[in-house]
Amino acid sequence: MGAQKKRAAAAAAAARVSEDPDDLARQPLQAILLADSFTTKFRPITLERPKVLLPLVNVPMINYTLAWLEAAGVAEVFVFCCAHSKQVIDYLENSEWFSQPNFTVKTIESHNIISAGDALRLIYEQNVIHGDFVLISGDTVSNMSLTQALQEHKERKKKDNNAVMTMIIKKSKPSPITRQSRLGTDELFMAIDPNTKQLLYYEDKADHSKGTICLDKMLLAENPSISLHNDKQDCYIDICSPEVLSLFTDNFDYQHLRRHFVKGLLLDDIMGYKIFTHEIHSSYAARIDNYRSYDIVSKDIIQRWTYPYVPDVKFCGNRATKLERRGMYRALEIEQSRSAQVGSFTVIGYGTKIGSNSKISDSVIGEGCTIGSNVLIEGSYIWDNVIIEDGCELRHVIVCDGVIMKAGAVLKPGVVLSFKVVIGERFVVPAYSKVSLLQQPTVHDSDEELEYADNSSGTVEFSCTADQSNGEMTSESSEAHKPKLGTGGVGYIWSICEGGQEEEWRHSVAPIPEDKLTELSEAMDDDQELVTQDRTALSTSGELISDSNASEGDDNEDSKDDSVYFEKEVEATFLRAVEENVKVDHVILEVNSLRLSYNMTSADCAGAVFYSMMKLAIKTPHSSAIGLLTLYPSPFSMVASNAYPIYLSGELQQNTANIITTWQKLLKSYLLEIDEEIEIILKFEEMCLESAKEFSPLFARILHILYDKDILQEDAILRWADEKEGADESDKVFVRQSEKFIQWLREASEEED
Amino acid sequence: MDFQVVVLAGGTSKKLVPLVSKEVPKALLPVANRPVLSYVLEQLELSNIKDLIVVVEGADAALCVGGWISAAYVDRLHVEVATVPEDVGTAGALRAIAHHLTAKDVLVVSGDLVSDVPPGAVTAAHRRHDAVVTAMICSVPVSGLSEAGSSGAKDKTKKPGRYNIIGMDPTKQFLLHIATGAELEKDTRIRKSILRAVGQMDIRADLMDAHMYAFNRSVLQEVLDQKDKFQSLKQDVLPYLVRSQLKSEILINGAPQGQQAKENGNDKVSYRILANASTPSFHELYALGPNGSAPVRRTHKCCVYIASNSKYCVRLNSIQAFMDINRDVIGEANHLSGYNFSAQNNIIHPSAELGSKTTVGPHCMLGEGSQMGDKCSVKRSVIGRHCRIGSNVKVVNSVVMNHVTIGDGCSIQGSVICSNAQLQERVALKDCQVLSLSTSVFLSLSSNEYL
Repeated sequence: MGAQKKRAAAAAAAARVSEDPDDLARQPLQAILLADSFTTKFRPITLERPKVLLPLVNVPMINYTLAWLEAAGVAEVFVFCCAHSKQVIDYLENSEWFSQPNFTVKTIESHNIISAGDALRLIYEQNVIHGDFVLISGDTVSNMSLTQALQEHKERKKKDNNAVMTMIIKKSKPSPITRQSRLGTDELFMAIDPNTKQLLYYEDKADHSKGTICLDKMLLAENPSISLHNDKQDCYIDICSPEVLSLFTDNFDYQHLRRHFVKGLLLDDIMGYKIFTHEIHSSYAARIDNYRSYDIVSKDIIQRWTYPYVPDVKFCGNRATKLERRGMYRALEIEQSRSAQVGSFTVIGYGTKIGSNSKISDSVIGEGCTIGSNVLIEGSYIWDNVIIEDGCELRHVIVCDGVIMKAGAVLKPGVVLSFKVVIGERFVVPAYSKVSLLQQPTVHDSDEELEYADNSSGTVEFSCTADQSNGEMTSESSEAHKPKLGTGGVGYIWSICEGGQEEEWRHSVAPIPEDKLTELSEAMDDDQELVTQDRTALSTSGELISDSNASEGDDNEDSKDDSVYFEKEVEATFLRAVEENVKVDHVILEVNSLRLSYNMTSADCAGAVFYSMMKLAIKTPHSSAIGLLTLYPSPFSMVASNAYPIYLSGELQQNTANIITTWQKLLKSYLLEIDEEIEIILKFEEMCLESAKEFSPLFARILHILYDKDILQEDAILRWADEKEGADESDKVFVRQSEKFIQWLREASEEED
Repeated sequence: MDFQVVVLAGGTSKKLVPLVSKEVPKALLPVANRPVLSYVLEQLELSNIKDLIVVVEGADAALCVGGWISAAYVDRLHVEVATVPEDVGTAGALRAIAHHLTAKDVLVVSGDLVSDVPPGAVTAAHRRHDAVVTAMICSVPVSGLSEAGSSGAKDKTKKPGRYNIIGMDPTKQFLLHIATGAELEKDTRIRKSILRAVGQMDIRADLMDAHMYAFNRSVLQEVLDQKDKFQSLKQDVLPYLVRSQLKSEILINGAPQGQQAKENGNDKVSYRILANASTPSFHELYALGPNGSAPVRRTHKCCVYIASNSKYCVRLNSIQAFMDINRDVIGEANHLSGYNFSAQNNIIHPSAELGSKTTVGPHCMLGEGSQMGDKCSVKRSVIGRHCRIGSNVKVVNSVVMNHVTIGDGCSIQGSVICSNAQLQERVALKDCQVLSLSTSVFLSLSSNEYL
């Protein structure tokens, strides 16, 4: 996408905005609600039901979002449905949201969308957004007031047309040990201008191997004061100007809202678009991104941080629930045995039966569940119509609708049971396993696009699961896998993929086990150790050199690589020229273009050309010379030279002379100064020692040839000899060999004088 | 107070070359007709610090400085003048006088600091947190004259110079990151480990390190001993301490550990009380193990004291700074000069003689025994002692040192004229520095030449 196109589009957008600012101000507030998170974190549950319809404290998540949008003064919401769109639309049509006064909900459906970016592009095409809008995903719970943030956004926009987005953030310090926030999201590093609240830097998905944050020097040049934050949480509630949509359209490669869009805007200094932040202090906002945030947000709701969106307040057709002491919510018509103990911070849904001597604490039980006697439920989320038989134990698990747990089954922490799974008698489901009626889709490699594509095909999969559950498929497959879930069990235990078991605990509903924590904090110490180690390395030298050294080292490596490639390319060019009889001028042109593309000096060119010429000289005559040469282990000595069969060396010499004569023009075109000539001698020396030892006995003679052909001037040779004066004995082999020649040169020049 | 004070008075700085000489080392450059060193000494005296070590580079310079101090402060301060070789750097200077240092903490002040920030405040901040080092930080001075000539105006349009990039915690008490010198030209790299520990870091490019540090003495000596390549406090020692604050090495190796522990043990209680925050600082939290048990990590604290914006704080380390300070001390920061200003907001020594129709504007100073001819005009300038100035002379935004002779009809703008210089008639100087030693000037000069 050319910058011009961008600019044109931006100009168009700006024009549209400036047409009627007053009209804009009166524009009812719109919102885009993405009813698809375009991730796979809630699998396997999301294979059967869209994430936004998953119950959060017995109310589908999307209701929290919609209720908040309505309360925040949004007039029109576009719900963008992708995966399981039919379910979402059906749900919304049957809900009360379609019949609210002053609040319209419209759905936009698409099946071939694989990212938030695509969704916004599609919405842009539909041309339904006319003013500022709230961009939110359907799994967000909040009770903040938008008034102030919106006003700030509008005022900024008025002053600076480039202020296109306001991001809502909230204070929340990630644990330094696990390096994730309490919501289970990765730690986030942001740089914010403390005065304007402009966002200057955003780094999530932090690369742990990199121990530093790199702030561009221009950033500090422009902003004398910057606050770096590690203690903020991104609420994923954005107030956007309409330009945001056109920006997505212009940059068709933007997929992810944060990773691509936010970072793209921050890095792009041509357009100068700015993102600002608004921090909320006393109100609540959180997005359910993974199982851990599901757990945490549920607890927050039960503990009433999200008031008025709490179980005992009717906000979206949830059933009446009564708040009792110690944070216990009980719906009507519950059958609870006298001996059952229901502990604090527990929600029990309508029509649920609880048997005798069962203990339930810190949990959410859905509607119509049947819980037997002597059942232990701790920190778990039981959805609707679940049957738990006697003596089961559940700790920190999620159990979806219609699950049957046979007597004595045990769920270890972190287990997720998807819809209608049956767990056999006395079966113990290992920690962090995910059980579903559906087989685990074959894992593609973790290429993101594939992941998205995979997700979008979720609808298709769903339809076939519907068939499955109706047909005999279920029984068939369950029979095949019966032993996996104990006698009478139905479902597949998914093997843990992507990231491996190691990372499973991070995003699970279960609290992080103690031993993990200690292990991690030890790892952190090691980390520190590493940092200090290299720190001491630099501090002894007194300065922060190590960094620059490292980069220099890289550079050197690069340039070395480059020069090798360059040499090869020149050789190839040269050989082709010889074979195809290309004119010398053309070869010079080609080599010049290579030189430019590799950023080499003319000395490099001369060296490379000379190298290719000598290589050619070796190749042309006979391979026997090489064979013979290897007989002489020390080609450096004069003895070897004398013993070398004179006819062979003569032939090689002749060949070399011929080639030099033919191509002298090429070589000379790079010998602008004496330095390049010396470079050739050095190159020749190097070759004689390493890659083309055949030449070593002929060094002096070829030097003479080069002198005769006016390729090397006597100055160059003498300077080379002078330079070598102080060198090691081993380096002087060739100087000695050409001693006579040099002597002669010296005398000649003296005579001339 | 268990504090020792070291004043690093420098020698003959190369940066100030036309102004300083063997006779006038940097510490004795006149600011409003007083040596610049006197500003530091008087601030220290105000904080009731009377025992000092003044470190001078070079024997000649030490002789001059020592002579002046003993004459000026004979009965007021107890000053030891130590000589160190030239070009040893600030860290080298401290290394050389290490055997003089015995107190628990050491306050190191640069002798070219003209400031009204009380050193006592810095030492108090240092003590409050039991810090390893406390650095005074002030805002970057606005250099250049407000109504300067063309070249000055050009400088002005540039953004103010950057001296440091400083990272602090949100309470602005702890120093978390500092970049100086060549690092400023690169991208700033902030380590995540410290950011994780503290949560939020404020990074400022508009502050600078004023070169007044309080060090824990044993730590300082240990660092100086172990890192024998460290040359400068500002560029080596301080950044090193800041870098290693979460993984302190200094108290582990070397002898003082036991002693340190004992000291800490004794003083811990009082520091706890002094540390007004009942919540532990992030260092302490970080030092604790995962379950809040005994400290598992060694940390040390690097603190800052930020001079408030109303305070004056500039270092005399360039010619521009010399002019700025002279202007400010008789101008907006005139409480520093210690003189009483007249109703016209200027200082004219009673023994100075003014010719008829000569005007001396506000923010000017005329030294003892100076004479001015008729129809002269002086604006925003300092004129030293025993100067002879002819008629029709204009002096604007300039510093004229002692015993200068200026002929009739001269015009001097934005220039420094050193002692004993002689200007012939009708010389026009603009943005020049005129060297001392009886140089006679006939020509008109402009912009940044010096003789």
